[in-house]
Amino acid sequence: MTQSRLVALFLLVALFLLAALPAQAAQFGIGQLMDALANNKHGAASFSEKKYISILDEPVESSGELLFVPPNRLEKRTLKPRQESLVLDGDVLSVERGRQKHVLQLKKYPEIAGMIESIRATLAGDRKALERVYHLTLTGGGERWTLVLIPLDAKVGGVVARIRMDGARDEVRTMEILLADGDRAVMTIRKIATP
Amino acid sequence: MSRRGSAAIALWLVFLAACIWLVSRASFTADLSAFLPRTPTQEQQLLVEQLKSGIASRLILIGIDGGDQAARARVSLDLAARLRADARFLHVANGESLGLERDRQILLDNRYLLSPAVNAERFTVDGLRAGVEDSIDLLATSAGMFSKALLPRDPTGEFMRLLDTMAGGAGGKHQPQMADGVWVSRDGQRALLLARTRAEGADTDGQEQTVAAIRAAFEATTQATTQATASPTMHLSLTGPGPFSVAARATIKGEVAKLSGIGALIIVGLLWLIYRSFTALLLGLLPVLSGALAGVAAVSLGFGTIHGITLGFGTALIGEAVDYSIYLLMQTERDKAGAHGAVGEQHWLANYWPTIRIGVLTSVFGFASLLFSGFPGLAQLGLYSIAGLVTAALTTRFVLPHLLPAKLRIRDVTAFGQKLHVAVTWAGRLRAPVLILFGAACVVLAARGDGMWNQELSALSPVSAADQALDMTMRADLGAPDVRYLIVVTAAEREAALAASERVATSLRKLAAAGVIDSFESPSFYLPSQASQRQRLASLPPEAELRRRFQTAIADLSLRADRFEPFFADVEKSRGRLPLTRQDLEGTSLAQGVDALLVQTEAHWTALLPLRAAAGKQQVIDAAQVRAALAETSLAGVYFVDLKGESNRLYESYLREAILLSLAGLAAILGLLFATTRSARRVLRIATPLAIAVAVVIASLVLAGQQLTILHLVGMLLVVAVGSNYALFFDQGASGDANTGDIQPRTLASLLVATSTTVAGFGIMGFSSVPVLNAIGVTVAPGAILALIFSAILARR
Repeated sequence: MTQSRLVALFLLVALFLLAALPAQAAQFGIGQLMDALANNKHGAASFSEKKYISILDEPVESSGELLFVPPNRLEKRTLKPRQESLVLDGDVLSVERGRQKHVLQLKKYPEIAGMIESIRATLAGDRKALERVYHLTLTGGGERWTLVLIPLDAKVGGVVARIRMDGARDEVRTMEILLADGDRAVMTIRKIATP
Repeated sequence: MSRRGSAAIALWLVFLAACIWLVSRASFTADLSAFLPRTPTQEQQLLVEQLKSGIASRLILIGIDGGDQAARARVSLDLAARLRADARFLHVANGESLGLERDRQILLDNRYLLSPAVNAERFTVDGLRAGVEDSIDLLATSAGMFSKALLPRDPTGEFMRLLDTMAGGAGGKHQPQMADGVWVSRDGQRALLLARTRAEGADTDGQEQTVAAIRAAFEATTQATTQATASPTMHLSLTGPGPFSVAARATIKGEVAKLSGIGALIIVGLLWLIYRSFTALLLGLLPVLSGALAGVAAVSLGFGTIHGITLGFGTALIGEAVDYSIYLLMQTERDKAGAHGAVGEQHWLANYWPTIRIGVLTSVFGFASLLFSGFPGLAQLGLYSIAGLVTAALTTRFVLPHLLPAKLRIRDVTAFGQKLHVAVTWAGRLRAPVLILFGAACVVLAARGDGMWNQELSALSPVSAADQALDMTMRADLGAPDVRYLIVVTAAEREAALAASERVATSLRKLAAAGVIDSFESPSFYLPSQASQRQRLASLPPEAELRRRFQTAIADLSLRADRFEPFFADVEKSRGRLPLTRQDLEGTSLAQGVDALLVQTEAHWTALLPLRAAAGKQQVIDAAQVRAALAETSLAGVYFVDLKGESNRLYESYLREAILLSLAGLAAILGLLFATTRSARRVLRIATPLAIAVAVVIASLVLAGQQLTILHLVGMLLVVAVGSNYALFFDQGASGDANTGDIQPRTLASLLVATSTTVAGFGIMGFSSVPVLNAIGVTVAPGAILALIFSAILARR
């Protein structure tokens, strides 16, 4: 019963995963970007997110922190308007909201697991694995670049139409996820520090 | 044969026939009924019901080991499919998501009937506004991408609320690990399933069938799977109350038969060695057999059913009951030709019978105290022992002398007795070491104090530690509730039980918010009472009114009012619905939830609300706070039960009671001895060796690392009861009439034989893996030997 909800969850996880990557590419080719990604370090960032939803006149806003601990722990802590914590550790995703805590085994949802695995592949700079799920397009130059991911798989494509990241040098600045139904979420990311 | 003799024999035969008739109609059990209280308090009654038929009692945990992961998953799927088709199982879960779509549809369609948040306030302008604001907040979270699709239909978020309630109650955060579509252990090496049986946990026959059904299905499954893939063999582990009681019964049955068989063989062998007369052997066993029959018949008459444990204990008692005929046969003076047998028996009756009579009476007094125990197991043992010993003694006294052939010849043991006599005379020198030993034992006992007692009922459990550990592991892996804490709601009607559950649930929500408990489950989550459902329906305003209120409610929210047509349509449709009944839920996981938590027992309905302890409190719930919250509801028939705590309290009360009763029995024995001997010094002389024997045995057991249970206590009582016979003979020898002066060599020999049979009968129980039998065996066998030796050493010369 929670399948589509999970798909949405994982898409968001995918988003912040990518956002957390410090892109260190100088001259732009996907290969170089991937190489840079493979050198990922532990990183913390703050984010603010706006969701444009058709039923609402105004976007809903949320903000919080992102934390990436290589190789496989990712945390998204939303502080406003409601506290929520989303932690992906290995194959286990836990979502904590208010008094409720949900723990999900990724293996239970093969299509999502495939997507997450491909994101892991991104972190590892494994371009082949990434390209099994998304069609990648990189435009712009070292100072301002844009990476667009379009799902190849129809199941994923049924939910997400396109993911677009804008970055400057080795930082992802914004990430926009466009859903198949036309709604979209835009996340702005500020690096805090690299401990 | 005299007329009196014929009358005695006739009476005896009639008595035996009656006993045989009773025994043939008796029913035997090996379940936990022996450990349940006879006159329970309300809480104990609930405990008993839960242990016998509660949700936890019907749970079977199934583990599949061996093979590779894919093969285990195939077996799990196939096994679950087979068991689901079997009417003996109410529910079989292995991690497959079955019927989720149907569940989802039922929840969505009936959300205004099911959601506890729906009341008149919810549909006021303010209520609607609060609900919508919550939903908008939710949009900002990771769940928002899902909840937004439902917003036009469900702007107040009732569906999400229902999902969270169900997931929280069913332990959503304690989901087992999955691999290849089925539940597996944390290390992934074992596939796990959970089955709920139709048969009650206490229905051992029914459980035996279900266990057999699982094994057969597993056999069939693995055969099909291994033939197809030629993968290595897999094996099945079953744990849970059902499989455990089935295994326990098989163990008790097997051990009682085997051990009592071996014990009887040893005793018969011993007697043959001594008597060297087939007739004497047969006649010597008559009182014992009569006693055993009478014991079983008495328990059957007094309790309805006889517990396997009682039988096991009873066979051990043969070793003592046979003593009486040993005394008669060995102590009777016969001249070499054996012609004056009758005269010899008269002499025995005059000189020895009074001593034996006191011995029997002391045993009876000791065991009589057990009759008052609230622990049916003990009361059965008491009744069995009294009936058995009295019958054996009476048969020896009144029947056996008439049956003995005048020319009965048994081996003359006088020479052997004289050797013993020399040894006994010499034994007096050991007086000081014995007293030192006694002192040491007392020091050990005083040092250990209360710590030497095992305070947990599980100490009596015949389930092996390895099986218990396996059960714990699988439970943890499955996140299966051990259902320690329950709120039990009883009512005459289903609806009343549901309505009361709802009121209790309201209190529990407050406790969960305050962190006293983590979460709880209630049958009313799955099926609210008809009254609440009607109330919820009545709170839904007519469409025009709803539109007006909703418009006002969202006036200054950034929502597009024109998008909520599905909401108005759904509410209008709900207004026309009838309250849900159990039938409407058929085939959904909601139905399973209701069936597990709302059960009809004989005259009433019982609703169960399992509680989960808050994390970080060592899985312990503050009972006082829960009870206080329940008291505030002022509902009748609502109880908070801590099953583990309650059963341990129950056992503790048995233990306390048994200690008091044993002391009372001891006092009665001492009183009896004083009444017959009229001499405090003689009583002291008789009691001292027994006290030392008990102290030394218990101290040794404690030093050997055994924790004492209630059955060790029964063993001590037995040592006193059995040992008093020996002590009495030594005392009689010392202070007897001029005829005897000192203990007779023949008497000594008979005592040694009697002790040997007792030790054989009880000692063999020491080899049992059933803790109850083991405890008695390891206490009585060494206790009896020591009682004899200490009596000999301390006898006055």
